[in-house]
Amino acid sequence: MTMVILTVDDSRTMRDMLRLALAGDEFEVVQAVDGLDGLDVLSRNEPDVIITDINMPNMDGFGFIEGVRRTERHRSTPILVLTTESDGAKKQRARDSGATGWIVKPFDPVKLIDAIRRVAA
Amino acid sequence: MSATPTPASSTAERELVAFRMGEQEYCVDIQSVLEIRGWAPATPLPQSPSYVRGVINLRGTVLPIIDLGARLGLPVTPPSARHVIIVARIGFKTVGLLVEAVSDILTVGEELIQPTPDISCETVRAFVKGIIAIDGEMISLISLDGLLPDEIVQEAA
Amino acid sequence: MDPMEAIKITFFQECDELLGDLEAGLLTLETGAGDEETVNAVFRAVHSVKGGAGAFGLEPLVRFAHVFETTMDAVRSGALAPEQSVIQVLLRAADHLADHVNSAKAGGAPMGDGEALIVAELEALTSGVVPPVAGISSPEADEFGFSPMMLSLDAEPKPELAGEAAGDPAWTVRFTPKDVMYRNANDALPLMRELARLGQMAVNCNVASVPLLDAFDPLGAYLTWTVTLTTDATRDRIVEVFEFVEGDCLFSVEPAEVEAAPEPVYVEQVQGFEPIPAAVIKPATGPSQASTPSSLPTPAPAADATAANDAKGNDTPAQATIRVELDRVDRLIDLVGELVINQAMLAQRVMESGVARSSNIALGLDDLEQLTREIQDSVMAIRAQPVKSVFQRMPRLAREVAAMTGKRVRIVTEGEGTEVDKTVIERLAEPLTHMLRNSIDHGLETPEERRAVGKPEEGVVKLAAMHRSGRIVIEISDDGRGINRERVRDIAVQRGLIEATAVLSDEEVDNLIFAPGFSTAETISDVSGRGVGMDVVKRSIQALGGRITILSRPGQGSTFTMSLPLTLAVLDGMVVTVGEQTLVVPITAIVESLQPKAGDVQALGPEGYVLSVRGAYVPLIDVAEAMGWQSSTTPAGPGVTLLVESGTGGLAALRVDAIQGQRQVVIKSLELNYQQVEGIAAATILGDGRVALILDVDAMINLRKRAAPPPPLLLAIAS
Repeated sequence: MTMVILTVDDSRTMRDMLRLALAGDEFEVVQAVDGLDGLDVLSRNEPDVIITDINMPNMDGFGFIEGVRRTERHRSTPILVLTTESDGAKKQRARDSGATGWIVKPFDPVKLIDAIRRVAA
Repeated sequence: MSATPTPASSTAERELVAFRMGEQEYCVDIQSVLEIRGWAPATPLPQSPSYVRGVINLRGTVLPIIDLGARLGLPVTPPSARHVIIVARIGFKTVGLLVEAVSDILTVGEELIQPTPDISCETVRAFVKGIIAIDGEMISLISLDGLLPDEIVQEAA
Repeated sequence: MDPMEAIKITFFQECDELLGDLEAGLLTLETGAGDEETVNAVFRAVHSVKGGAGAFGLEPLVRFAHVFETTMDAVRSGALAPEQSVIQVLLRAADHLADHVNSAKAGGAPMGDGEALIVAELEALTSGVVPPVAGISSPEADEFGFSPMMLSLDAEPKPELAGEAAGDPAWTVRFTPKDVMYRNANDALPLMRELARLGQMAVNCNVASVPLLDAFDPLGAYLTWTVTLTTDATRDRIVEVFEFVEGDCLFSVEPAEVEAAPEPVYVEQVQGFEPIPAAVIKPATGPSQASTPSSLPTPAPAADATAANDAKGNDTPAQATIRVELDRVDRLIDLVGELVINQAMLAQRVMESGVARSSNIALGLDDLEQLTREIQDSVMAIRAQPVKSVFQRMPRLAREVAAMTGKRVRIVTEGEGTEVDKTVIERLAEPLTHMLRNSIDHGLETPEERRAVGKPEEGVVKLAAMHRSGRIVIEISDDGRGINRERVRDIAVQRGLIEATAVLSDEEVDNLIFAPGFSTAETISDVSGRGVGMDVVKRSIQALGGRITILSRPGQGSTFTMSLPLTLAVLDGMVVTVGEQTLVVPITAIVESLQPKAGDVQALGPEGYVLSVRGAYVPLIDVAEAMGWQSSTTPAGPGVTLLVESGTGGLAALRVDAIQGQRQVVIKSLELNYQQVEGIAAATILGDGRVALILDVDAMINLRKRAAPPPPLLLAIAS
């Protein structure tokens, strides 16, 4: 069963790398460029897992996660945040917003998939 | 641009386009040849060697026309409608070679190509890379490298 | 191409954009116009560069970006105020970051010195600032939940594994989620599944805490799992499974002890995969399926976001764009060029066949020509780019030159969105760079000098781009000292460019700076060895089919005006007959066409001729002769003469046999399949399908000036 993954990141490079890491039959990748776009894409897709960056224009990761958790349909959709290095405060804030887990940038594709599996229902 | 021998065959074969210039027979490897066209009047270029006849329009590309006979030092014959232009690739450039007529397309085993006799002619030494005897006729194999005036054929930057 | 290589290319492209945003943001802050969002944008730019660089292991870049990011973070949090002195440091840091990116692009080419200095400056800014963000690891991250289980340990039965593997160690994992865990969409099932991946396991679920229905909170957590796991994985690996839920649950991982299992109370022992006994309500799915309306509000997130967005001043409306490979566009442009040629050929042949001008066919052909021209314009517009990409590099260059020459300068740009064909843009950077250097180095006075004459110490250089009568005009103006006309005159006399007694207008004196030989090592101050004379600049602009002039006001400043064609792919030309051939003369070079009388032609010297034009004499060049298509020594008949202007501003008269008309022609390269020919700029294909050469006016004039005539040619004579 293909898992739909929504990736939200303002960096084209990051989006390409995520897409590359999740290439294959197991995942189908849907992308958005910032929090606002992410909520828009979310309204038209049913991702199984969401991966989002924190620093983005228009609406940052925290705002996006809170927005996701406010939608009925996606209150229990797992959300992973991308953070550079293990910044505890960011992680905690992400958690407070409703993030399920995190992935450290630069990410190891294997760890990325592990993290997805760890949260995907 | 010589053909690489196919591993399967025991003797390598080359496909050659034979043509006539100034009472002599010559040929080039077909891998250099893109097409064969009838003669068209060329727009002359100033400051150019005599064997550069000018340029023609080949489907939107500007093609220089080289009188191959003149390049080899043969007497220049005024081109007529019976002349033929062999469109060939030299390095990264496409040029038109003006010859009198195209005779044939030959498939020749590599072993039939004899080394060029040591004539003290510059152009022969520069361009003729071998001799082939077929049906009592002598056909000289030409390499196109260095044909264009003056400059080394540019490889891409 | 290896996909990572492709992404690396994307990364460097993105870096260029990010660096541009970074600089733009800092410049905005410098003028005092920036706000919180500007600072955020700058931070994000550095952050993104760092992030991508990390993914590709570009260590030096990452290290510097990190220092830079830390400083920007301090600005972002308000701990460091963006005063002018701070902004200057940040601007230098931005330049240094760009250097790092370029070094990384070049495969880690060694960087110049200066890293230590800028790093020290950045760190000095943040050292006095208390970091508002807590340290790297929060206390939670380190705890592995060693706290003992709340529930009665001894009563817990240990699940037995069927067919226990002899070799691998066994662990007991106890896991009790707190209700907050589920709020973040964490769930026991995936965790159990992950554990199962590690080896063999048996799971018990304790439902003792599940209350009766009336006390049951669907959002609550009441379950405890006990897992016996046989695995060769390390303890750390097992613990890692719970990485996301630490703090939101209680769990422990301990080596299993073999123990007699007491009578289980009400737990169903399950093997392997199914952690949840069917009888138990699974709270994890509760919230999403709860029929009771949740107490959580459901606002439309989009509306909230929009409001927040507007508050941040999101200005540019999103325009639909697509990314297209350049090859495809180039190919399309070539094809359209062919279309134009073909259409012209068709029209010519049809008209030659005697069709009436008013017939339907002729009218149809006119429509076709109109359509074709429109298609060509539209297609050319695809490749048109705003000059912004060239203008963007100027502020940094200005900073460098200013620093080197001790001047203070501010760059103002106008009309950055003015579009021009890609082919022109690429060739614009160099002349612009030279002119900017020149303006700052020669045009602007030092701060002291400026103060002395009542000007602000900071000089202003303005770059403006605009469309004017089918061309693009770029102006570089400075508010410096203007051209010192006396000095220019003296130098010109010294170099033998003009007679000491020559009478020249102010404008003519100003334009002397473009004369070849005017600038030498003396007059070009060595701005780090890259000074270049204005004559070189003028020539490179003319190579683009452009013109350049200067307007100067002593004491007030100078304005250079460059006029360029919108594209290098087509040319407006005058089609002329020379001997039996057709030639095209670029319109930009033509001043006017003349019909001289025989008496206007005068011989000068052994071979030359001059033409009298309104009292002045200009060299007369017979084009047919210059091209070697005619070996006569006297111009045959009056013919038509085109007065042309050379690159140096000098005039000459070109004699041709007849003028056919003005036409826009598609430029075809001669170098592509042949080589450069002196006197010829390029070629084109006319309506009759024949190739016509495009004259290089400058070269033509210079050819003529050579002592020896061109060697005789053997012509191909059409039969």
